[in-house]
Amino acid sequence: MRYAETGVNLEIDLSRGSIEKDQTDPELTKLYLGGQGTAVKILWDRVGPEVEPFSPDNLLIFSSGLLDGSAVSGANRTSVNSISPATHLMSHSLMGSYFGPEMKFAGYDKIIIRGKSPHLVYLWINNDKVEIRDARHLAGKGTRETGDLIRAELGQDKAQVAAIGPAGENRVFTASITHSDASAARGGAGAIMGDKRLKAIAIRGTKDIYFAKPAELFAFCMAARKEIMSRHEETEEVAREKGRSAVYQEMAKHRQQLGDWMATDEDDSFHHDNFAWGNARTRRKNYWNKELEERWRRLKFDNLSRQTGCFNCPKICHNVICIPGGQRFSYKCYAKDTFHMASFQELDFSYEMLPIAEEYGVDAYSTPQIIAFALELLEAGILTDKDFPGMPSDIRGRFHYLLDIIVRREGIGDILANGVYAAARQIGKGAENFDHNTTKKFEQIPIKLGKLNPAFFLMIATGEKMGITQIEGSFPQNPLPTAEEREAFVKEWVAPPDEKFKQYFLQWEKRDQITNQMACEIAEWNEMMHYLDDALGLCAFLSSFRGQFGGKVAYTIHNEPEIISMAAGINLDEKGLWEIGQRNRNLVRALNVRRGMRRKDERPPEDHWAVRNEESEQKLLSDYYAYRGWNEEGIPKAETLNKLGLDYVRKDFEDRGIL
Amino acid sequence: MVKKEKIIKVNTDKCTGCRSCEIACSAFHATPKYSITNPSRARIHVFRNELANEYVPVYASEYTQARCNGRQIHTISGKEYSLCTFCGASCPSRDIFKEPDSGLPLKCDLCENDPPLEAPMCVQVCEPGCLTYEEREEPESEVESTVEKRREMEIGLESLIKKHGIKTVQDSLSRLSKS
Repeated sequence: MRYAETGVNLEIDLSRGSIEKDQTDPELTKLYLGGQGTAVKILWDRVGPEVEPFSPDNLLIFSSGLLDGSAVSGANRTSVNSISPATHLMSHSLMGSYFGPEMKFAGYDKIIIRGKSPHLVYLWINNDKVEIRDARHLAGKGTRETGDLIRAELGQDKAQVAAIGPAGENRVFTASITHSDASAARGGAGAIMGDKRLKAIAIRGTKDIYFAKPAELFAFCMAARKEIMSRHEETEEVAREKGRSAVYQEMAKHRQQLGDWMATDEDDSFHHDNFAWGNARTRRKNYWNKELEERWRRLKFDNLSRQTGCFNCPKICHNVICIPGGQRFSYKCYAKDTFHMASFQELDFSYEMLPIAEEYGVDAYSTPQIIAFALELLEAGILTDKDFPGMPSDIRGRFHYLLDIIVRREGIGDILANGVYAAARQIGKGAENFDHNTTKKFEQIPIKLGKLNPAFFLMIATGEKMGITQIEGSFPQNPLPTAEEREAFVKEWVAPPDEKFKQYFLQWEKRDQITNQMACEIAEWNEMMHYLDDALGLCAFLSSFRGQFGGKVAYTIHNEPEIISMAAGINLDEKGLWEIGQRNRNLVRALNVRRGMRRKDERPPEDHWAVRNEESEQKLLSDYYAYRGWNEEGIPKAETLNKLGLDYVRKDFEDRGIL
Repeated sequence: MVKKEKIIKVNTDKCTGCRSCEIACSAFHATPKYSITNPSRARIHVFRNELANEYVPVYASEYTQARCNGRQIHTISGKEYSLCTFCGASCPSRDIFKEPDSGLPLKCDLCENDPPLEAPMCVQVCEPGCLTYEEREEPESEVESTVEKRREMEIGLESLIKKHGIKTVQDSLSRLSKS
């Protein structure tokens, strides 16, 4: 009997039109849990370093997390993994809403796509019945539009659909896969899906999922729901009355929201004052003001149709906006800022662009950066008006124009569609100098700060889920100014795997004043929680991304072993779970190392901080490699691999002369 | 005549589409209790049409043998609604509110339990407050009370028939009706 998972992977070969259902080995669940953990094992076993992203041999793997579909609130993530067209390394992206649980109810832990269809198709999975259907009539359709059209033509209003838009069809490197109010947008998974000529996957499941200790699990989940929605003792008002610092008040605010601060994002001074505008160049430190906030608040609530949550989660992170006469769209967090910050406009411009971007199926993080980069090249004379025939003169018109030519891969848009890193090198003539915000060829969040935060240096340099949001999160970003506040914070902080993290935080006064050892441990803990979440299907906002904004975190290294035991019947303690996290993490590194990633690639953007010291940064990086059991090139050492049961990786490395 | 009864009130404006109610319902009604999760076994279903901003939780109500002729489209404030979106019947025209394997109809029992729950499970997991458990005063209708009274009498008659046999009861009834 398989608990929590179905024990079956569905594999579709689009070149041959074959459909296979494979029983999976339960031992793999014990070693890698599920979700992205087991997906990476498949990539390691079956996608060699010689396989190009757009080769039929590349796999596109949709994985439901181990806990997806269970009573565990917020366990609903689908991870989409492949080899990224932009980085040629592992492509990591996740989406929420309903898709992962529906896969489970249909009887599958994973949907593995290989090969390439001769023409556009979509999959219709109705429990055991799986069909590859013609999708040529859906060519050029938007992502959400495709979902509705497929549901209508199947007569299946309860089918869950994940689809690509025109951007994916045209293999734009920032193309997303969109499903409901969620999308797997980063890393170019949509381009891989488009290359395989797979327009969409529609799925409907009506089967049961079983659990090892169901009654205990259910009772735990009922209590956890209350905990997720509970408030901290010290509310924002109390914090203000007590004369707490601004940082502390901000944390107190985040901790007391019913729902989440992503749902109550009206005060968005954080992104606007701290993140860089345009092509990640300009910081506007005092941009935010109350008048602006009030105006934007009205814009939001006058047009808010609803706030929605993902499957079985009490939070309401998706803001669904519908401007009268316009297209409905949803956003969360910083995605609502990227278009207007890249163009120096206001929120209404993002509201104008987001529904278009959603239907085209492009990542809202990196795509505006590509557009801002192109306009900067025009300003610098590296590109000229001839490269942009018929482009309007106003900034808003230009953004529309550029988004269109990128999505259609027309003219210069064909080059820009490869992302900033590749486009800069294809254009040449000094364009490389304008690519100043990528790491490992991947657009980073545009943050340009003063002094270096050592833990963040390590996370940006060594993260292989590529975005900082996919590695940071458990340890606060900034110290609190007074000892009293730090103590108040630590009092309610249950997440740390070890008491030493509380001590680190209590002692921490200035952002850059942190020892290498502390930075190593903090970066590791932050990262480990993401690796566990992405295997379990838990939302980072209830776990790995949450703690930094305030103490209370629903799922931690302390309660996850018990949850896994009750749900999946795998008996683990904290040490055992940590080891699985390490195994999954090292396997991702191994996959990328085998594809050529080395120390030289692990550099944050040169202007990420104003004050830099190459020597101490490289020392920090070396210390971190040593701490993680990696050699000076960042390659996991033989003993590290052996200890984690990754002997097969060691052997492969030795055969290839990597170790 | 007024009687009091508990009902689940649905404020569709507050529904976030999380479907926690479906998960909790399916687990609670499983045998053994909580042994599975499966929204298609739930006695509540959130009808969703995301692009039209429709999020409507509906409870499984009566089983009906035939499809009704009420599958009309209603327009309210310029927006079209299918009547089915608000209907809890387990009916032949759709696959909702039926056990997925046997096709047997499902019906909400407000989580009957011994001891009774504070509120049905779906209400307990509805943090956004879309579902609330409230007491409602129900005016007893004339028709209903007549039907109910007759049913009461018939139960009495049934037991008499069991005890004395139908012939004896019929004889008594005809003698009484003459006198």
